[in-house]
Parts: sequence; structure tokens; C-alpha cells
Amino acid sequence: MRRFLALTALCAVALGVAACAPSTGQSTDSTDSMTGTLRVWLFDEANRAAKEAVIKEAIAEFTARHDDVTVDVSYLATDTRAEKYKGALNDPASAPDVTEIGNTDLASFVASNGMIDVTADNGRWAEAADLPADLVNTVTVQGKQYGVPWWLGVRALYYRTDIFNELGLQPPTSYAELVSAAKKVRAAHPEMLGIAVGGLYTFGALPFIWDAGGDIATSSGDGYTAAIDSPAAKAGIKAYTDLFSDDICPAQQCVDLTGGGTVEAFAAGRAGMAILGNFNRSAVDAGAVKGKYAVVPLPGAKPGSIAPAFAGGSSLGVFRSTKHRTLAVEFMHLLASKKYTLKLYEAMGFLPAMKSARAEVVSTQPFLKPFLDTMDAGTRFVPVDKAWTTIDAERIIPTMLQKVITKKASVDAAAAEANQQITAAFGK
Amino acid sequence: MSTATLRRQRLTPLWLLLPALAVLVPMFAYPLYQLGLLSLFDYGQPQVSGGEPARFLGAGNYRTLVADPAFWTVLGQTVLFAAGCVVATLAVGAALAVLLTRVGRVARIALSLAALTAWAAPAMTGSVVWMFLFDSNLGLVNELLGLGAYNWLYDRTVAFVLVGAVVVWHSFPFVMITLYAGIKAIPDSVLEAAALDGAGPAATFRRIIVPMLRPLLTIVVIQSIIWDFKVFTQIYVMTRGGGIAGQNLVLNVYAYQKAFASAQYGLGSAIGVVMTLILLVVTLLYLRALRRTGESL
Repeated sequence: MRRFLALTALCAVALGVAACAPSTGQSTDSTDSMTGTLRVWLFDEANRAAKEAVIKEAIAEFTARHDDVTVDVSYLATDTRAEKYKGALNDPASAPDVTEIGNTDLASFVASNGMIDVTADNGRWAEAADLPADLVNTVTVQGKQYGVPWWLGVRALYYRTDIFNELGLQPPTSYAELVSAAKKVRAAHPEMLGIAVGGLYTFGALPFIWDAGGDIATSSGDGYTAAIDSPAAKAGIKAYTDLFSDDICPAQQCVDLTGGGTVEAFAAGRAGMAILGNFNRSAVDAGAVKGKYAVVPLPGAKPGSIAPAFAGGSSLGVFRSTKHRTLAVEFMHLLASKKYTLKLYEAMGFLPAMKSARAEVVSTQPFLKPFLDTMDAGTRFVPVDKAWTTIDAERIIPTMLQKVITKKASVDAAAAEANQQITAAFGK
Repeated sequence: MSTATLRRQRLTPLWLLLPALAVLVPMFAYPLYQLGLLSLFDYGQPQVSGGEPARFLGAGNYRTLVADPAFWTVLGQTVLFAAGCVVATLAVGAALAVLLTRVGRVARIALSLAALTAWAAPAMTGSVVWMFLFDSNLGLVNELLGLGAYNWLYDRTVAFVLVGAVVVWHSFPFVMITLYAGIKAIPDSVLEAAALDGAGPAATFRRIIVPMLRPLLTIVVIQSIIWDFKVFTQIYVMTRGGGIAGQNLVLNVYAYQKAFASAQYGLGSAIGVVMTLILLVVTLLYLRALRRTGESL
């Protein structure tokens, strides 16, 4: 016992003397080399080859301009992406120079001291004026720009034209019509979901909350205040969770669906409708319903209105640890240029961020019309704050939805709990 | 004997411990020390990568934990889930061990092989395979039972029982093989003597086999408690990170979500420390209870 006490005391002393704080990463002094290998991280996609072809073209143009420069691109799998980024933030040696970033993640990377402020570089970039202000906002943290918006995606309502024709239904133009159409589809085809919605599908639920006039949080001067328990937000939560009824999308089947799960269900022909993005088109076309569907904007509660969509998409940025600052910024601007975003649209269906590029694809692509109408009606975004990563990772919104869907909590109770958790996340 | 010799003799065991310490200190003591240290700080992604300084919180992370009702729910269901798994694992393992001693050679080999295969299957693989079997849309089980699109993860208890079955499936072979070896090591003369004294199979099991297996049982029980309390893979994979609205969270998955998914390494470490302490207390209590009954390990 005495020896144990001595050991404890020794540990206590060691603790007091040796290390009083856990280690933190040190910012490396930045060199700006004009030769060498530029490392680039991009997201892996289901049809990566098409993306890769566009990127290869950009690399060829870039390396022709610079001697002794090679570009090494890694494609990050969706599942392990978060871990790769954590590694990059913790260890500069494993970080890329240029990276693609989901636009909701940027704020937390900036808070982690991971990204370079490129406000001045963007100011010098000839094409910068072509970027719409609401998208520039998604890369702006406290007045500084930490990247460029690359492409965007919005969600709208996909529906089965064959089933709707068979039942004599019109595409819904209000929430009430959406509910009644969904019920009719399921009544006529009990093996199908009226509309595929998911308890884990945050970006499918948010339009209902926004349409009702609610929000996750409201911005007030220098910070955010959680607002998910406002009466308006709760009305939106109720509208979304009411869809998980046995005659539309039974809770048993739909409560643990993710956004990807709803894509699968719709593509496999197991759903009459679904809230999917323009970027999901290739996945749907690869399924059983190719040629049997159409898209309209997701209707709001008011007849004829459009529910605000989430302005999803990805941005490009430069990691702080880069040893090739000038080259990295130049390559980022090259990828984000009108020329390559147009090529990327053709290859992948990703909507270009640039205004002029968008105008160009719109004139030739009728498929995009509902998505652009949705965009014109006004898109919304999640809080641009590092807390979003916590809110997302702790599944605060899906947990709230699932509690309501499984009737473990009332809308009031679940929203109050979520509001408290979101407040805590902003407080960290 | 001179005092010098005596002292040398007393020091000898310490020298002999050195190789073990050389491995254990870097592998266990240092991470444990770091875990304890981190649990006292507000230490998240911005702190790790140097965006913000690490803030000393003292017991702050622990206060956050204790004040969080979710933590108590998770702790409660972890204890119940682990207890259920331990009891089931021991019951299945012991029953099959006894069965092994009773059946013929072919059946014994078949049973051993089947058990060893389950044991050898990585937790990840096993969980994924079971998940496929119980999938609501394409699963074989729903197909065979004609359950339609029944979702096995919808109800908290059903989901826990399903995951518990996988945990037991993974861990009973260790219990079975260990106890089988123990039973086989009991001298036949003892069993014969019991039979001569008129003990039936039940009495033999209760009066002879169990007492003689007590040291083995101790190891098996402690092992099972530690394993099942720390269950991660099966829950994480099968309930997709904690189940519907987090209803199937256990402490380890909860700690993972706090520490790694949402990068609150400080808070996650605090959960880790709490888990370590609980397991330490359980083990000590068990060892003490054992000492009381006159057995030593």
C-alpha cells in the first residue's frame, strides 16, 4: 500500500513538472517553392473516371505552364474522408496543398487553423467577379475568404412519371398535394413508399423547417443562437416527420434511411417520390427507373411556393501547411475557372458556381430547370461556424427527427432537447 | 544469511519484472497518463492543430458528463447489455463445454471447428454478415420468416438482443474451449469417487466440477466482463453508430462519437477514464470476493 501511495505521489509530481498541457500542432514556417510536387485531394465519386479525365486535362495545362512541377491527386473515399482531414490538420507532413472541401466543413477547418486566407489572391483573380455573392459567403469566415466555391448542388422533388400517369396524378405544388399524392401512390402500390424520406436525412428535412419559417440557428451579430425550438421550426419538423406514417413512408422502414438510402430506394423503383439532388441524377439513371421519372421543385406549404433548398456543394481551398503557396493558389483558381467547371458539369452534372458558366449550361439543359428554379427561389445554408461540425457529428438533428418519428418524444420535447444541444455546441 | 544476501533476494523479483515493465510502461502507462491528462482539458480539433490554445478545465469535462442525462442512460444500458452478454456467453459456453465431454468424436470435432470459425471471424466481418442476414429489405431472415420489411433495429430491446447474440456468438468459443480443457483436466479418480459416493450428474457438476474449475471460471468471467463492457464494433457496425436516435449507444461507442466523430478529445478521454475506473473496480471486487471464499487466483 505504501509503495502504491509513493507511486501515485511520483506520478503526481511527474504530472506537475513534466507536461502541463497536452501537445498541440505547431504552425510550420511557410516556404513558397515554385517547383516540386503539388498534392491535391479531391472527393471520390461513384463515376470517378469521368472526374479524373477533367482533372487530368487541368493538370496537363498546369504543368505545361510550369517546369519541374508535378501534380499528385488523391481521391478521398466518402467514408474515411473525415479521418483523412483530421490527419492533415494534425500533421502538416500528411496534408495536401490544395483540397476540395464540403462547403459545410470549411468553417471548422478554418477554426482549426488549417486553411490559408486567400482574400487577396481572389481579389487578383480575373474570374473572381463571376462568383455569386451568396456562394462567396460559404467560404467566408469573419470577413476573410478561405477558398473558392467550386460546384453546387440543390435538391428537388423527383417523381415517377409512369406511376403518376397511371394514377392520374399531377406533380404536387403544395405540401398538402405532396401528402395526398404520396398516399395515393402507396395505396395503389403497397410495396412502394409514397415518398422516400429518411430519419437520418438532415438535408431532406431542412427545407420543411425553412419553409415553415424556422431555422437551425439565427445569426445575431458575432454569433449564432439555436432556434430549432421556435414555433415555426417545430411546425416544419412536424411537417417532415408526419411523412413517416404507415400510409406514406412507414417509420419501420424509413426511420434509419440516410439521404443515400432514399436515393437507393428511388433508383430501385421502391418509391413514388424522393427529395434528391441534381448530383444524384447519374445514380438514379443507373437504376431501374431510368426514363421513368421527372423533377419539380420541392413545394412549400403555400400552394405554388417552393421550399427553400440547402445550398450544398463543395469548395476548393489551400492548406496552411503548404510549401507551394503560389502554385497551390494558381492550381485552385485553374480548377475553379469557368473552363474547367463547365467540363466538370459535362462529366459529372455538378452545377458550376460561376454565374456565366451556370447561365451557359442552363440554356442547353432542360433537366436543370427545376433545380435552377429552386435556386432562384432562394437557397439556405447551415450556420457558418465550427460548431456545425459538432452538430453534424453528434447527429443532433437526426436524433431529434428519429425521436419524433419513433414517437419516443413529442415534437416539443425533441426540439427543446436539440435546441439545448445546439446551444452547447455553439458555446464550445 | 547476511542482510546483503537478504536484500539481494528481495530485489531479485524486481529485476525480473523489468522486461515486463519495459513493455507495459510505454504501451499502457503512457497512454493512460495521456488519457488522464487530456480529460482535464478542453481539447478539440482546433487545439490539436494549433488554432486555439488548450484550455485547462480541471474537472470540467467530468462535470459535463455527470450533468448529461444521456451519459447516465448510456452507462445504464451498457451495464445491462454487458451483464446480459456475460451471462449468456457463460451459459452457452459452459453448456457446450459439458456437451463436448459427452458427445462422440465426430460431433466433438464438428462442434469445435464451428466454434473456432466463429471465434476466428473478425468482429467486423461477423457483424456485417449478421447485418446482411437481418437486413429489412434484402435479408435472408425476414425472407425465411416471412416478416416483410420488419426492421430489427427499430425497437431498442430487439436491437440489443440481436447485437448481443452476435457478441455471444463471437465470444462463447473462448469460454467453451477454456472450460472444456478445465473439465478434461479433472482427474477421473475424483469423478469416480464421487460416483461411488452416489453423486448424480447434477451433483457432480455442482459439487465437483464447478469448485475445481473456479480459478478458470474467474478468468473467464473477468475476461467476459471486460470484453462485453468494451463492446464497440458490433454496436457501431450493426446499429450504424448507436441505433435510431442513439437508443443503442454503449459507453465505448459514445466515447468514440464524442472523441473522434465530433473531435472533443477531452470529453472523450473523460469517458475513457470513467470506463477504466469502472472496470478496475469490477475486477478488484471480484478478486476480493474470490479471496473471501478461500480461493486464490
